[in-house]
Amino acid sequence: MYSQALNAPALATDDSEAGQRFQARIEAEERIEPNDWMPEAYRRTLIRQISQHAHSEIVGMLPEGNWITRAPTLRRKAALLAKVQDEGGHGLYLYAAAETLGVSREELVEQLLTGRAKYSSIFNYPTLSWADIGAIGWLVDGAAIMNQIPLCRCSYGPYARAMIRICKEESFHQRQGFEIMTVLARGTDDQKAMAQDALNRWWWPSLMMFGPPDAQSQHSDASMRWKIKRFTNDSLRQKFVDATVPQGHYLGLGFPDPELRLNEATGHWEFGAIDWDEFRRVLAGDGPCNRERLTARQRAHEDGAWVREAALAYAAKGRNGRTRAAA
Amino acid sequence: MAEPATPLWEVFIRARTGLAHRHVGSVHAADATLALQAARDVYTRRGEGLSIWVVPSDAITASDPTDKDMLFEPTASKIYRHPTFYEVPDEVDNM
Ligand SMILES: [Fe+2]
Ligand SMILES: [Fe+2]
Repeated sequence: MYSQALNAPALATDDSEAGQRFQARIEAEERIEPNDWMPEAYRRTLIRQISQHAHSEIVGMLPEGNWITRAPTLRRKAALLAKVQDEGGHGLYLYAAAETLGVSREELVEQLLTGRAKYSSIFNYPTLSWADIGAIGWLVDGAAIMNQIPLCRCSYGPYARAMIRICKEESFHQRQGFEIMTVLARGTDDQKAMAQDALNRWWWPSLMMFGPPDAQSQHSDASMRWKIKRFTNDSLRQKFVDATVPQGHYLGLGFPDPELRLNEATGHWEFGAIDWDEFRRVLAGDGPCNRERLTARQRAHEDGAWVREAALAYAAKGRNGRTRAAA
Repeated sequence: MAEPATPLWEVFIRARTGLAHRHVGSVHAADATLALQAARDVYTRRGEGLSIWVVPSDAITASDPTDKDMLFEPTASKIYRHPTFYEVPDEVDNM
């Protein structure tokens, strides 16, 4: 029911009668479900956003997977393994949500493997030390949560439901990261330096996770009107900074931003300029690990080809066997 | 890269004894056994359930959203199907 039975895509602009009725449903906070009428642009926007989100979860397993075999204790190893497994699950919930819009899993995977699809720029940075696992949980999952909580109220039902499930699982991710940071920050001088170095490298890329500034964001307006998005990139970024800076100070760590200061009047932490050239470079494929990430995904897919083939062949044989027995 | 499509299955989970199975999502798998395994890995990592059903997605027939009024509107006028439609004297409590 969730991907085969979709209505043929209808063509209509937003000011058509159907388009107006659709927008009225959105305004009334009704959820849109897979077989409901929707403007083509809404469908396309969602497919793009949900599949990019899914790809990000899948590629996001790689930088952390890098440390599973080298986690310092069994407790840390079990937690990291569970977290990386969760991220794989998040990718699968999201692929399933995208498929309800009429795109196949095979197409989506191919878009990722051929480099046509984008995923979050943050996962193209390397994990150089164990402290990076702490910084990723604390900052990257923290930023993801900030982005994802409003998506639980997204107008598209399957996406909103996937996000509710994901958000429930995310909070342990951030906590295990912050726990790693806490232990390092209270440890030896070397450990503290490791934690500081990780914060220095992950801080700016984490701020970039919220996407380009509102003034330059091409997709924001329509997404807000359709209630896919509820808050702008800049407002979510500010919320993240306000929540995170005191946590860093609690750890006794400094932020790599000389302009960071609390504005007493507004209560907000003001921060320096983000290097959007770097963001665009990394997104366009020229980050430190883009090639490595894509190669790892391609290899995993190719290495698994015989398993998929064998499973399908076995299933086909089972079906034939049963037909024969029934005859 | 013409990858053959792996069938889609809808996953239903019984959270506790006494509750009905509830739709939680879908998985791709070559056959029912693998679908059950995938559903277990994807949807029950935190003790979400005691029992799983997997159903081939194309075996489900769904009502068409455009038939919503025809199918469900008629019940709106049949308020006499609800207990609140009937008057019970104040002196008679607990009915
Ligand atoms: Fe995730
Ligand atoms: Fe996460």
